[in-house]
Amino acid sequence: MTLTAPVATPATAAQQPPLLSVRNLRVWYALRKWGFGLAGYVRAVDDVSFDLPRGEAIAVVGESGCGKSSLMRAILGLVRPHSGQILFEGQDIWAGGREGMRRYRMQVGYVQQDPYGALPPFMSVRRILEEPLILAGIKDRKERLERIIRVLEEVKMSPPEDFLNKFPHMLSGGQQQRVVIARAIIRDPKLLVADEPVSMLDASVRVEILKLLRQIQEEHNLAVIYITHDLSTVRYFSERIFVMYAGKLIEKASVKDILESPRHPYTKALLAAIPEPDAENAKHLREVPPGEPPSLVNPPSGCRFHPRCPEILRGLCEVKEPPEVEVGPAHLTSCWLYAEERPSRTA
Amino acid sequence: MLRGAWKEIRHYPSAVIGLVIILIYAAISVYTVIAIPYEEAVRLWRGGEDIWGDNPRLAAPTWYNLFRKKKLPLTIKMDDKHPSVKDLGYQQVDDDLWVHDLEYAFDFQADEFPQDVALFFQAAFQKKAPYVSIVWIRPDGKEIRLEDLSIRGQRQVFLVSQAQRLHKKLRLPEGMDPVVPLFADDYKSENPQVLKGTYKVRLETTLFEADSTINSKLVVYGKVHGWAGTDHLRRDLSVALLWGAPVALSFGLLAATGVSVLTMIIAAVGVWFGGWVDAAIQRITEVNMVLPVLPILIMVGIFISRSLVVMLLVIVALSIFGASIKTNRAIFLQIKASPYIEAARSYGASDLRIIFFYMIPRIIPTIIPSLVLGIPSFVFLEASLAVLGLGDPVLPTWGKILDDARVNGALLQGHFYWVLLPSFALMITGIAFAMLGFSLDRIFNPRLREL
Ligand SMILES: Nc1ncnc2c1ncn2[C@@H]1O[C@H](COP(=O)(O)OP(=O)(O)OP(=O)(O)O)[C@@H](O)[C@H]1O
Ligand SMILES: [Mg+2]
Repeated sequence: MTLTAPVATPATAAQQPPLLSVRNLRVWYALRKWGFGLAGYVRAVDDVSFDLPRGEAIAVVGESGCGKSSLMRAILGLVRPHSGQILFEGQDIWAGGREGMRRYRMQVGYVQQDPYGALPPFMSVRRILEEPLILAGIKDRKERLERIIRVLEEVKMSPPEDFLNKFPHMLSGGQQQRVVIARAIIRDPKLLVADEPVSMLDASVRVEILKLLRQIQEEHNLAVIYITHDLSTVRYFSERIFVMYAGKLIEKASVKDILESPRHPYTKALLAAIPEPDAENAKHLREVPPGEPPSLVNPPSGCRFHPRCPEILRGLCEVKEPPEVEVGPAHLTSCWLYAEERPSRTA
Repeated sequence: MLRGAWKEIRHYPSAVIGLVIILIYAAISVYTVIAIPYEEAVRLWRGGEDIWGDNPRLAAPTWYNLFRKKKLPLTIKMDDKHPSVKDLGYQQVDDDLWVHDLEYAFDFQADEFPQDVALFFQAAFQKKAPYVSIVWIRPDGKEIRLEDLSIRGQRQVFLVSQAQRLHKKLRLPEGMDPVVPLFADDYKSENPQVLKGTYKVRLETTLFEADSTINSKLVVYGKVHGWAGTDHLRRDLSVALLWGAPVALSFGLLAATGVSVLTMIIAAVGVWFGGWVDAAIQRITEVNMVLPVLPILIMVGIFISRSLVVMLLVIVALSIFGASIKTNRAIFLQIKASPYIEAARSYGASDLRIIFFYMIPRIIPTIIPSLVLGIPSFVFLEASLAVLGLGDPVLPTWGKILDDARVNGALLQGHFYWVLLPSFALMITGIAFAMLGFSLDRIFNPRLREL
């Protein structure tokens, strides 16, 4: 990749609330026995907190099933959190009822992983892009068409007239994803949520799509939450990285800090799995540290990584959950190794 | 997708044939409804002798003669203004006595005897009714005095088949059709044959008042009639056969569409809202699936109404919670999980919008073939109800023709056409929709093509 890594934006003015603020978010799916009767919970997201300032891009990385998509769905208001809050411009997204949720959704865009599945197969491109505008209450057909054409140009599908009447199956994967992106930004959102937007595309189009997303982010001053498996795309795309493990964010830091001085043993293991961080290829997060990913129904006690952790502090990590420790400027990790005060070990 | 299907249909000959039949069928229906409006059809079908009196009873369709060596006669009918009638006018023979002679003549060339001969009279008088003698004159010159009678009514009929005095006079052999002596070369012989030629009927009327008048009409009932024949009430079956088409088509179409659409909506609502809504729909479906439809319909027919509209509503109500709810549900569950639904929620589509604009359009291609295939089954159901005596009380339908045929022992008495034509119409309907439906199924659900 020939793109330069973006510089981290300086912390925004303290007084203004961040665009998005996630507070102790828990997304638990109830497990039902015989269709009713509670048998437990899948703790897909467990006590996650972070702030996202306007215009900033963050990446969430983590192995499959660690709860990334659940976090996204909660942020989009698609699943109701078990507990915790999601504040958008200081407002709890669930506090405003239907109307509040509707207004919130007008300001959020969603880019999904599978572009073909994300587009209704029976709708033309024009109709697909018209839906969010109709739902935004734009009654004038001409105005809608103008906006559709403008957004198609923005996602570099030109001439737009050629695509208006096409159906998703007539488009290539890259074009489909451009339509998905166009749909996500057509209402000029403030926040864009992208759940592995390029993982299902050919390697050749990935770069183009990421460039496009980056460009759109900069032009619109969009805040972006970007979920990925691919650390190389993270490096280039976002300012901060959150590392997720078994429903928790275990390390939050700038791209530079994560890559150059990872602190959490899981992050280190992740990076170790990448032979050459700068190399163009073979940087996928496919290889995971040894051991099984933990069950989210009965997560391990204490630190959830302890069964696989090479640097485990016996008698502590398996008993008590680690606190979030600031190990550097704007670099947080949840690990006992860096805690200033450790409770006495029991074993 | 639908446009593509349209193009593909042309590659399926069975679909094209089915479609052509259905289009013809639709054209006939439209023609029928325009040519014989509803009120007219009901009036005709419920009408009695006043409407159908000139038709033979239980006559076969005319085209039946094409398959016969001995041709059956058509009905001959003429009134006293007919050009071939020789009218000698009224003549006063005394103070209070007038006579009026009139002679009908008709050519009879069929190989079989006609069904009956009727003379309809209408007289005007103050006190004393006119008096008529009917004389039958055969081609061989033989004259038979059929009857002498006074004409008292507005509409008085003389029927050879019911003229007891004539039967006695002729010493009609046991079991012989009374028209045979009138038309046979030698009715006493073993095997009487029709005497072909010009027959005449002379009416010698005596009138007793100055302005007394008499009018008459001759009908020689044949044994074939129209393209569809007649039933036991002399009604032309073509009326019911024609009217059966729009009734069956609209009944089948409405029932199948109603059931498919409602089933689809119910399944979509259940899947989308899930929880107790889904559970309730599932349980209702399971209970409904073991309910016997026909006995319920029979009960409704007996206790509530036999009207076609009521039956339609009951059938639809009983069928919407059918097995197809389950198949629809399985498809909707898949659709509900697709990412584009999640996307729609994320940009704020309401529940109803998602159900109607995002889920249902997806399932329509699978619904269309089963809808088309469902049409004939509802047409047959309606016909079965009619055969069970639960047909609509006023509308002429194919099922009601079959019911009449069954009640009157049509097949036992050899009136094959009475059963054949409505059955044929029903069969063609079934075949046409089946051919189209199965082809559509292959077009819309290509995975079946490999099977
Ligand atoms: N609706 C649901 N009901 C119950 N469990 C669920 C539901 N959705 C997700 N899960 C479970 O929650 C866990 C986290 O799922 P999630 O989709 O958030 O993971 P992910 O990190 O996005 O994984 P991937 O990288 O494979 O997309 C998984 O174990 C999954 O099985
Ligand atoms: Mg996911």
